[in-house]
Amino acid sequence: MIERIQVERSSRASRFFAVVGLFLLGLLIAAPFFGNRSILYLLVEIFVYIALASLWNLLAGYTGLVSIGQQAFVGLGGYSLFALTIFTGMSPLLAVLVAGVIAALFAIPTGFVVFRFKGAYFAIGSWVVAEVYRLTFAQVSTLGGGSGTSLPVEIVRQIANSRAERDSVIYWAGLAIMVGVLTVIYLILRSRWGLALTAIRDSEAAAESVGVDNYRTKFLIYFLAAGATGSIGALISLQKLRISPDAAFSVNDWTAFVIFIVVIGGIGRIEGPFIGTILFFILREFFADLGSWYLMFLGLFAIVMMLIMPKGIAGWLAERFDLQIFPLGRRIILPKDKQIAFSQFKTPETSEKRSTTKVNDD
Amino acid sequence: MDLAATLLDGVLLGGLYALFAAGLSLIFGVMRLVNIAHGDLILLSAFVALTVTAYFRIHPLFSLLLVVPLMALLGYALQRAVFNRTLGEDILPPLLVSFGLSVFLQNALLQIFRADSQRLHAGPLETWHIDLPFGITMGALPFLMFIVAVLVIGGLQLLLYRTALGRALRAVSDDGEIAQVMGINNAHLYGVAMAISLAVVSVAGVFLGIRANFDPSIGPTRLIFAFEAIIIGGLGDLWGTLAGGVILGVAQALGGRINPGYQILAGHLVFLAILTVRPQGFFPRTR
Repeated sequence: MIERIQVERSSRASRFFAVVGLFLLGLLIAAPFFGNRSILYLLVEIFVYIALASLWNLLAGYTGLVSIGQQAFVGLGGYSLFALTIFTGMSPLLAVLVAGVIAALFAIPTGFVVFRFKGAYFAIGSWVVAEVYRLTFAQVSTLGGGSGTSLPVEIVRQIANSRAERDSVIYWAGLAIMVGVLTVIYLILRSRWGLALTAIRDSEAAAESVGVDNYRTKFLIYFLAAGATGSIGALISLQKLRISPDAAFSVNDWTAFVIFIVVIGGIGRIEGPFIGTILFFILREFFADLGSWYLMFLGLFAIVMMLIMPKGIAGWLAERFDLQIFPLGRRIILPKDKQIAFSQFKTPETSEKRSTTKVNDD
Repeated sequence: MDLAATLLDGVLLGGLYALFAAGLSLIFGVMRLVNIAHGDLILLSAFVALTVTAYFRIHPLFSLLLVVPLMALLGYALQRAVFNRTLGEDILPPLLVSFGLSVFLQNALLQIFRADSQRLHAGPLETWHIDLPFGITMGALPFLMFIVAVLVIGGLQLLLYRTALGRALRAVSDDGEIAQVMGINNAHLYGVAMAISLAVVSVAGVFLGIRANFDPSIGPTRLIFAFEAIIIGGLGDLWGTLAGGVILGVAQALGGRINPGYQILAGHLVFLAILTVRPQGFFPRTR
């Protein structure tokens, strides 16, 4: 029986979107040649939020680590970039990568502390740690203390000589970071690890019982996410050319917005952060002038989404149209005579688990 | 003797932190809900008190007669209309909904009251003080705050362990499904728990407003203080939460004595240190 069952890991829609995605990527790589300065700046912001949201989604949506403290690593990355370029003379682009490594190293002791919290308390615990970093950097007077500092002109020159070239270099760095982050997340989720992560999220006890080392798996994901978040933070500070504790460790900018993006886009779905980010930027372009009204609306929007559409827009699309842009699930193709039985099992949200039960059942 | 005065300040400040924490601890105990908007709700009650005192021209402490029932009603409505829909096995929905509420409240307050610093004026109560031996003076207000914290926590203990409502709350806390089988209306009871939580929050909010300047942005930090007091004290024990608040208050007072910039940082660091060596807190009820 088993030989007759096929496992499909992509669909026609996902292959179509892969082609579209490659075309889009080519367009984005070429953007500095025809886009103007403000468009490039906006695109880098979008890349930053897609990457941050995807990482938060990896933590909360797949691993069950709901953190309100990822701004810790954004800030650590930003400050590392400033420290590396100012004190050691490292080239800014190399410093973006090294800043990620430094943030990841900081994640080891940080994780050791915050992993003592379970579930919802992890969220606030990680926030406390981020506050500790913010308050600590406010005391570091060589990096400007509480009021912050700007990147010296000679270091800005090291990025590239003219302003237009600098914009392009930062743009490509941002694009590279986003593509890198997405590729790694995609590969993780398609691997055995992805299954382990989803298992942990769905039931820690059950995951442990089938041989997943929960603590180690979670810690490693936390560590990787921190490193990537650190590099993103370094890039943000490179784009802004300025750093201050309140901006670099801002819970609103680097965690609240990211959470709203993921919740609205679709938590636990790799497409979610994309949809959420694009919606977030459309809303921002139109309503950001309204200031706190806009933020009130975002808060309300997230509440309403959580209540009526807890899987977000991506989850709704997947359920309504069976649409999956990034093929993560395993889909079982049964021979014709088994088709009726198959349709009974067709509940899209558990495609991962369904596959294994199906194979065993037959 | 200067040091003794600092320690006393810290201990009394701990009373306020225990008031911040008691409501949060109660709802976590009853329904495992971690309310991220807790700090912003404290600020909301401070602003409601500000409006009430300005409108009726009454003392902030008298405004409690109005603020407490208002916030309790809000709590009941909020629980029935919003939070009850999020409770379940998954911890994400309540967490994210309360996070959304936090951002909403913060910006609503900002929109209505602007970012200016506000203060609840308590008249002579702010300057009264009691002379203690060895030349230490104790402010009447901090002392009152501490006494109120002890009374509130004592009252909550009596409520939980001596009344039918308390028995029902503890039953729901132990096992919501069985409690329901025994004829308890969980949805209503959760509403009542949130109402009690916000009643305590409004007392905390008024004292916060009398003690120091406040503005709409400081809510999240109050949530963190409340959380730290609960964890230091040990989950599930309200007297432990008072002790946790006192430890946090003393840590902050000592830190602030070394350098004003270290005040809050010192509190966080003591919290993390305690967590690392004693993750269950000092008086854990739930083992």
